Amino acid sequence: MTYVFQQALNGLQLGSIYALIALGYTMVYGILTMINFAHGDLFMVGAFLCFVLAALLGLSFIPTLLFTMFGVACIGVLIERAAYKPLRQAPRVSAIITALGVGLFLENFTLALSPYPKQIPQFLPNVTWNIGDISLSALQVCIIALSILLMLILDLVVRRTMIGMAMRAISWDKFVAPLVGVPVNFVISVTFAIGTSLAGAAGVMYGLAYPVIDPYMGIMVGWKAFISAVVGGIGNIRGAMIGGYILGMLEILVVVVFPSTYRDLVSFTLLLVLLIFRPYGILGKPVSQKV
Amino acid sequence: MSMLREKLRNPIAAWTSRNRWAGPCLLALLFLLSLAVQGFELLDPYVQLILVYVGINIIMTVSLNLVNGYMGEFSVGHAGFMAVGAYTASIITVKLLPPQLIGLLFPVAVICGGLAAALVGLVVAFPSFKTRGDYLAIVTLSFGMIVKSVIENINAIGGPRGFLGMEKVTTLPWVFVWTVLSVWVIRNLVYSKFGRGVLSIREDEIASNLMSVDTRHVKVLAFVVSSFFAGIGGALYAHVLQFITPRAFDIIKSTDILIMVYLGGIASIGGSIIGAAIYTVLLEVLRPMGVWRMVCMPLVLVILMLYRPKGIMGLKEFSWFVPLRDLMAARVWRERGQKRV
Repeated sequence: MTYVFQQALNGLQLGSIYALIALGYTMVYGILTMINFAHGDLFMVGAFLCFVLAALLGLSFIPTLLFTMFGVACIGVLIERAAYKPLRQAPRVSAIITALGVGLFLENFTLALSPYPKQIPQFLPNVTWNIGDISLSALQVCIIALSILLMLILDLVVRRTMIGMAMRAISWDKFVAPLVGVPVNFVISVTFAIGTSLAGAAGVMYGLAYPVIDPYMGIMVGWKAFISAVVGGIGNIRGAMIGGYILGMLEILVVVVFPSTYRDLVSFTLLLVLLIFRPYGILGKPVSQKV
Repeated sequence: MSMLREKLRNPIAAWTSRNRWAGPCLLALLFLLSLAVQGFELLDPYVQLILVYVGINIIMTVSLNLVNGYMGEFSVGHAGFMAVGAYTASIITVKLLPPQLIGLLFPVAVICGGLAAALVGLVVAFPSFKTRGDYLAIVTLSFGMIVKSVIENINAIGGPRGFLGMEKVTTLPWVFVWTVLSVWVIRNLVYSKFGRGVLSIREDEIASNLMSVDTRHVKVLAFVVSSFFAGIGGALYAHVLQFITPRAFDIIKSTDILIMVYLGGIASIGGSIIGAAIYTVLLEVLRPMGVWRMVCMPLVLVILMLYRPKGIMGLKEFSWFVPLRDLMAARVWRERGQKRV
């Protein structure tokens, strides 16, 4: 039983990272109804920025996190302005393909700059506390607490501030929002900035938890985060959080029962089953098609 | 009206008399050429290999275009079908067939690979009844990953270490034959009654249902045909590479095929052929650049999408792929439109 609890804790840690990335997918989808497939790679860029700041410049944890979030947000806004904005009126698939192209570009550019996997130094003191038989490391506490804090801030921003209201307005109706004076381009840029900075934060945390980073790490984690967003109901912010935790827990708890090579197999099969019974995700509302 | 009909009848006669044998003759000539290239080593083996890859990629791209372009779904797991075909065919040639018969029975193995992939495609088609768009993308994506992990967990076929021992039986003439066959079949499907159903699903599923298109039937058929040819592509791929691992068929491979489809343009067979050829050849031409070619390719793609969001041939088609009947119908519509103006 303690083993299961211990693993559940690990699942919570992984789930926090998935949830943070899933938020970026779901925010961009909510506003633009576009899947930003480069998002997983922005997460990877976050991890590499963290490496540069921490290992090469020797910053401590908090500045590294903040600078990484800021840097990734800048890259995210730049990508949005340069690659996605001209395609806003284009068919949806061309935007998706552009996103795939941007993702490939980020991967291979990073690969060209640093061909070998890098190791992120340890920031946090290696402290573990024992509660009963369960051991709890400072790292886990830090990751889980920080991501929950970030999610709470995001939830507040979206629900309580002016800019959050503008975001909800645009996702409600893209055509009417500008008529009542919502600065659409600015709000979309802010959404990208927030979403990608969360991915940057997730990159730092992932780098802390699993210190060896390589340019292709964003692909798998990114797709899994996308799956979390869909499971929660894409476009729904709270859904993305729930979906991330569900997927993280599932992946870790599957290993408790099955051999670890079955991890992807079982979790994806369960996801398929879930989607068959709830095709619109957990919190998503079924969209009735108008005829 | 009779004048118009007269005018229309003459071009038909002229067109068919000039072109009826042109296509088949050209294909036969090309086939002989590919035999000659293989027999007398007319081309560098490296160039031959690239041509083989171009052929396989054309098969993959055209088959994915049936689902993604013509039917308007977003399938992201095409490499999964490819893996099924590749493994099935390889197991047949390595473990079941006696070595001296491999050359002769290779087509059987390839078809078996295609059938196995089609069977799996049937399974994926069922969720597509209820879900569309991004949710179907997830279904196909997870399916691709499931295939990969299933293969990784079967030790008898090498698991994550991969599977080898295939002979190099995929030659240029074979690839040529299979490519022509798959393009021909899919082109005929697209312009058949079934193809109209596929197009109508892309435009509006509910409306096409009301117009008595059996959407479930059409969807199943489209998925099965698409995965069948993906399996054939995979079988050919396995027998040119002579070594396959589950990692060769991961999400990166699927993304490659997607890029070829959208580079060429959706709902266009000519576009798929061009897209696959350009992408494959360009990657080889840029090889001296080393890692930086992988940086340049996505940039080229993004720039192409920014200035030509539909891809090279989006929704357009070379007229020699379009059946005469459709060409004439289009002309009638144009002329009527002009008359009204």
